[in-house]
Amino acid sequence: MWRPCGTFDDTYEKDMTIIRTPAEWVLTVAGLVALCLLPVVLGGGMITTLNLIGISAVSIMGLHVLTGLTGQISLGHGAFMGVGAYAMMMMMNLLGFSFWLAMPLAVLTSGLVGLFFGLPSLRIKGFYLAMATLAAQFIIPWAIVNIRPDLTGGTSTLTVEAPSLFGFAFSSQQRIFYFVMPFAVLSIILTRNLQRSKIGRAFVAIRDNDLAAEIMGVEIFRYKLLSFFICSLYAGLAGCLLVVWMGATNVDSFMLHESIWYLGMIIVGGLGSVPGAIFGVIFIRLLEIVSQSIGPPIAGFFPDALGAALKSGISPFIFGLVILLFLAYEPRGLAHRWEIFKHFYRRWPFSH
Amino acid sequence: MISLLPQFVVTGLLTGSVYALVAVSIVLVFKATRIFNFAVGELLALGGYFCYSFVVWFHFPLWLALLGALMMAVVTGCLVERLVLRPLLSQPLLTIIMATLALGVLLRGLMLMVWTGYDVAFPKNLLPGKTVVVGDVAMSHELLWAGAIALTSFAALAYFFMKTQTGLRMRAVSEDHELSMACGINITVVFAVTWVLAVILGTLAGSLMGYRLSLAPSYTPLLALKAFPAVIFGGLESMTGALVGGLMVGLIEAVVGGLIDPNLGEISAYVLLLIVLFIRPEGLFGLKRIERI
Repeated sequence: MWRPCGTFDDTYEKDMTIIRTPAEWVLTVAGLVALCLLPVVLGGGMITTLNLIGISAVSIMGLHVLTGLTGQISLGHGAFMGVGAYAMMMMMNLLGFSFWLAMPLAVLTSGLVGLFFGLPSLRIKGFYLAMATLAAQFIIPWAIVNIRPDLTGGTSTLTVEAPSLFGFAFSSQQRIFYFVMPFAVLSIILTRNLQRSKIGRAFVAIRDNDLAAEIMGVEIFRYKLLSFFICSLYAGLAGCLLVVWMGATNVDSFMLHESIWYLGMIIVGGLGSVPGAIFGVIFIRLLEIVSQSIGPPIAGFFPDALGAALKSGISPFIFGLVILLFLAYEPRGLAHRWEIFKHFYRRWPFSH
Repeated sequence: MISLLPQFVVTGLLTGSVYALVAVSIVLVFKATRIFNFAVGELLALGGYFCYSFVVWFHFPLWLALLGALMMAVVTGCLVERLVLRPLLSQPLLTIIMATLALGVLLRGLMLMVWTGYDVAFPKNLLPGKTVVVGDVAMSHELLWAGAIALTSFAALAYFFMKTQTGLRMRAVSEDHELSMACGINITVVFAVTWVLAVILGTLAGSLMGYRLSLAPSYTPLLALKAFPAVIFGGLESMTGALVGGLMVGLIEAVVGGLIDPNLGEISAYVLLLIVLFIRPEGLFGLKRIERI
């Protein structure tokens, strides 16, 4: 690994720090301050997108732990988000819990449901596990819509009251920004540290070679379940945040295509890297915006019916194309590009 | 209610034969290339749309339209194999799963752009015949045609694998890639043939389903997702398994949906999938993987 010039790890503490040099400290603090000031500077539409990016970042941390670190493929991430969202909505609307009680409980519920669908990982792995999570992706939204539509609202949208803290209600997108971003930043720091801990190393060992990991004393089943649990906790949290963001619950936000988009984000970002996962989220969400905004001008060249069809199809088309291109030409994702850039920057003006 | 059971069994088996077509298409690709084709739903819908377009836009008779759709399937199969999946051979599992998922999303976008998101239905009465009633059991002629076409395809496929040179080569490739290359088999050609066959089966299934219900990018691909439980149930490596699995899924869906709750019928295949994965992950006819250290 390349270190910034002139920093030497002469104590264990220094070896373990993430932020090494004064310049990095300045950048970090400046970045956080800039993040806090963003809603003041930017307009409403951008803030909505930024909030969605923050929520997706929380969600993607879960998938990063499960797929990026532990190597288990989940096609049911969207559904686990749905569990968190609906659990919170039902606790608040039906049981009358306050938001601050309902959210942790909902996150825990989502974790437990994820644990249940992780159980098959005792016997199966790889592709078969992907099928088990696919089953979760179909069964959970089905249960939400069909079992007790009187409680969950079925396919219709139910509104949820905005949370408030010391009389400050997070009711507008500007305010929700200050609600979502702390969670996003905390999730990222937490994941980064988890990755460097004993648990994180056990996850990576299972991903790289599960038999070797077991022989070295990693309890595979326990750690796989733990990975599912952590993944679903993040998913549940992201689901709750999504409810706050929309001010409502709707089952359409938790379908298979959402799960595919999340997998696409970590592919584009690069597997196994926290910065990569975040690059992936930002890239895909911005791509979504761009493809939606180039739709209408292109559609203008065509007759009405064809133009409308073009508008609706262009977003999935571009998404699929981008993922395929990344898989073929840059399978290590944006994280790899970022590393190349950092090497270049640190060694400049020498080529190698 | 229980007196309706024979009706549900027959309907289920006939619908199941269409699921079996899709399941066999998945197994075919998996055996040859070790790629599980998640895009099968979209490929199937695309086939259905081609058939629809030949009927409605060009006013072909149905048999000619189906033939045209099959020709388009050959082209699609070659393109998919060459452009999307050949660069990704022997890549890690996640890459391959993601590639077929992304292909599915891309095709869905394409279908939305060309045929719009609205339902399109074939003109009725293209297929000759009418509903056949045997005792208490009524069979719609569309379903009977679907069952007959599916059975014919399975017979043709069995003949192809057992009696032709190419079929033999494909069976060899599914055993071992390197050994078959050493025996002088051009495995890239075999892969192309595999994909073409798979897309042809998908197109048949898509046209049959599209004719019976209607076509839309939002739900036609979902019908093929019924084939995933069928494949797991039968075992990933077995054609017979896919056939049996497809029929079983159709049967369970119709019986559960008819006798208990139509909504439960939709999801029953996936409950079955979970149970199979818990108890016997390798499926009915699949190979049990033994890992040695």
